[in-house]
Amino acid sequence: MMDPQVLERHGLKPDEYERILRFLGREPNLTELGIFSVMWSEHCSYKSSRVHLKTLPTGGPQVLQGPGENAGAIDIGEGLAAVFKIESHNHPSFIEPYQGAATGVGGIIRDIFTMGARPIALLNSLRFGSLDAPGTSRLLEGVVAGIAGYGNSIGIPTVGGEIAFEPSYAGNPLVNVFCLGIAKASDIIKGVASGVGNAVYYVGAKTGRDGIHGATMASAEFDDKSAEKRPAVQVGDPFMEKLLLEACLEVMRTDALVGIQDMGAAGLTCSTTEMGSRGGAGVEIDVSLVPQRESGMTPYEIMLSESQERMLLVVKRGREAEVERIFGKWDLHASRIGEVTDDGFLRVKDRGTVVAEIPNRALTDEAPVYRRPMEPPDYLAEVQRLDLESLDAGASIAPGGASIAPSSNDALLSLLASPTIGSKRWVYRQYDHMVRTNTLNMPGQGAGVVRIKGTDRALALSVDGNGRYCYLDPYRGAILAVAEAARNVACAGARPLGATNCLNFGNPERPAIMWQFAKAVEGIGAACRALDVPITGGNVSLYNETDGRAIYPTPVIGIVGLLEHADRVVGRAFRKTGDAVILLGEGRGELGGSEYVKVVYDLVRGVPPAIDLAAERVLQLLLVALADARLIRSAHDCSDGGLAVTVAECSFDTGGVGVEVSIGGVEVSRRAAVNRAAALFGESSSRVVISAAPENVSVVLARAASAGVPAAVVGRVGGTAIRIAVGGTDAIDVPVDECERAWSTAIERYFAQKVA
Amino acid sequence: MATFGVIVFPGSNCDHDAYHAAKDVLGQEAEYIWHKDTDLKGADVVILPGGFAHGDYLRCGAMARFSPIMREVAAFAARGGPVLGICNGFQVLLEAGLLPGAMLRNRSLKFQCEHVHIRVEQTDTPFTLACARGQVLRIPIAHGEGNYFAGPDVIARLEANRQVIFRYTNAAGELDAAANPNGSASAIAGLCNDARNVVGLMPHPERACESALGSADGLVIFESVVQSLTSGALVARA
Repeated sequence: MMDPQVLERHGLKPDEYERILRFLGREPNLTELGIFSVMWSEHCSYKSSRVHLKTLPTGGPQVLQGPGENAGAIDIGEGLAAVFKIESHNHPSFIEPYQGAATGVGGIIRDIFTMGARPIALLNSLRFGSLDAPGTSRLLEGVVAGIAGYGNSIGIPTVGGEIAFEPSYAGNPLVNVFCLGIAKASDIIKGVASGVGNAVYYVGAKTGRDGIHGATMASAEFDDKSAEKRPAVQVGDPFMEKLLLEACLEVMRTDALVGIQDMGAAGLTCSTTEMGSRGGAGVEIDVSLVPQRESGMTPYEIMLSESQERMLLVVKRGREAEVERIFGKWDLHASRIGEVTDDGFLRVKDRGTVVAEIPNRALTDEAPVYRRPMEPPDYLAEVQRLDLESLDAGASIAPGGASIAPSSNDALLSLLASPTIGSKRWVYRQYDHMVRTNTLNMPGQGAGVVRIKGTDRALALSVDGNGRYCYLDPYRGAILAVAEAARNVACAGARPLGATNCLNFGNPERPAIMWQFAKAVEGIGAACRALDVPITGGNVSLYNETDGRAIYPTPVIGIVGLLEHADRVVGRAFRKTGDAVILLGEGRGELGGSEYVKVVYDLVRGVPPAIDLAAERVLQLLLVALADARLIRSAHDCSDGGLAVTVAECSFDTGGVGVEVSIGGVEVSRRAAVNRAAALFGESSSRVVISAAPENVSVVLARAASAGVPAAVVGRVGGTAIRIAVGGTDAIDVPVDECERAWSTAIERYFAQKVA
Repeated sequence: MATFGVIVFPGSNCDHDAYHAAKDVLGQEAEYIWHKDTDLKGADVVILPGGFAHGDYLRCGAMARFSPIMREVAAFAARGGPVLGICNGFQVLLEAGLLPGAMLRNRSLKFQCEHVHIRVEQTDTPFTLACARGQVLRIPIAHGEGNYFAGPDVIARLEANRQVIFRYTNAAGELDAAANPNGSASAIAGLCNDARNVVGLMPHPERACESALGSADGLVIFESVVQSLTSGALVARA
């Protein structure tokens, strides 16, 4: 009988071990136990999440590849496919920020080119603790440098993303990376092994002892000993990956491959098993043929290593020399390590002796699946109560004993200076966002937009999440995240076509966390169905907890949308003095979970804004139609900080051109100051601020009316100040320059220039 | 019609962009030339593109200079053929000794990607002859090591021989410490060799050839060399 401590070190529960015994009909050896432990880890098996993920909408006429492959793919016309996926690298990034983030980028890029697509854009979604807290700036600096170091070197532009700062992420930063590639729809390649006797090749970096049990590490909580897990983090080599990328794309053009898969989590184990399983075949390899970086590695170590930049290929019989020659051109050595069999087993040999023999299905389809217990968290009822009447008085709740509500001018400046809202220029300036010369909307302009050379088309990309909303109501929060990502894409003029999700949660063995997860997935499903953006793949990251404290539940949604005419792309910033400012949608003064309540009162309370998905869908289609008809000059959605922040952001990067706006009041409390703040900073969803040339206003309004989208001219572009009146009374009047200074230094100010 | 030869080192990542600018935007011929090749495929002008040749794990460009094709590039340059090194290509030219000086890490110690302004200092090179002297171009940079350094004697010689071709300035074309993005000596963004046919610059003109990308100011650099080749001012062929 296996030592219980050995089982515990492998993260296997006693009943899971019983299951292994049943599959094998015998005791596993240590190598086999290691293989089971990584394949049955939460990270690889999705054992807690699978029953919920099955409920997501994954089909549609535009879907070329749904979940289950290395990445999803959608049809973007002209015979082309957009191949994309988002993945997390949270745990490694906390332990070693630079390499953790860098290898996260490397991993998602491999997933894309593995499908036969050339990667053309990256985005990322990051979460950190408060920037005021010690250590956060170091983590941010390391993560950003890691993303930059990898993406810049390999030459794939990082064209957008989002970052938020909340204390709940202090011990568990989130690093989610999204990659998009373009392939001919007919040339998509899959991760399958088939054809008995076909050669299995290994190519790329040599295998070392780095990253052993990375997948298991990503399936456990952190504690004060986590720093000792540093050796489980891999080290990235973007140059090796660049060679692999170019060489693999060249090999794929030859039609000599049966299938290909990268070695990511669980390395050689996962790639051999999954390829065999998908192809209904078996794979037999000899670990002594695997190129090794260190001497004396055991079969256990070789099978579980997560060394980066490695690929597994199945080559058609008779085409081996051709494939070897192409890799040779790139100074890469393709090693034949085994072959495809017909018995459905993963068979591992060491110099001819069998050291592991496991049926593929035991590792994949028949891995454990848990329907874990769920119950609503205790905190919910309490945090959903937001007493607006006491907000105005302020005295009891404002930090530092502030006793009066701030003026609207001060509140606007505070919000703009909040790192979550403020300019991310300090970050994206470190990313090469222009390489490949396709970037039409620069970072900071809303959705990232890249053109597709050789066509008139462009794709708009957005990643969004809102952990605070999801903490307060995971179902509604997840819906709002999907809606915001799709709305951002629509603001650029692109029709949302498909989605990918990265689900970041705490320990699923706790019923409250599992409940958050299930509710969020339910919300994502509802929103994706209503907005016609099927989920084509993604990733689940659980156990984001340190010392028993979980992160806010944080589903992050990536959406890809299509512009049929790249030159009709729309950006955030106002373009011309004298243009009319039009508000699409209606404000209801919803302050629950808002940035305003957080920044001004240091409270995370209330119920997130309501949303009518049918109305959201109509709004998005209207935006696409207006852009396509060239009727609008800018579009920016209202999110964190509400309408006032949105209007101010439209004035940034315009050389100081201001705006004068007048909006109606709302009545959400008995206090005038609260009502004013609610109108200015409330975060009601499904609202977009657009600008249009005066001569186009009537047709814009008419189109909105016929679509059933509330629309009103609320002001005009001009002057040098942000001026906003509420209910006919002036509320905000601040020079654009002053606002822009607060906004543009929101993150920079935490990083005083070290060298003059 | 001129033929642009775009050298591809392992790790080059702006090779496609230079090719696209030459072929699709300017309508000229373009060829990729693999670094292990030993002939320039009849190129009239050679571009060393941006990227991270060989990963740049050693000094930037330090490995690339040993690639077989660099012997041909040096011979082509010696015959008077126009050679343009962009970003990493500029670093390779420095390492290869085809241009003087070296690159240090940016003053910020960070990679920087953003649009900057450069002023055309000299127009008697194949890559600036269509420019006006003092013309200000808005072109992006994207580098971590673009802080040009050379000893005072070298800088003095560069200035005396009018070899400084581009300088970082503000939008008005004035020298301004705040407009020097990386701390380069004498705000040098680009320079040429003694014979004036080899030019290196850190900014990326190939990224600024279409207004849809935010600026078309880089086009004049490529137009210059096409003009110089078709006018017969330069006749060297590979």
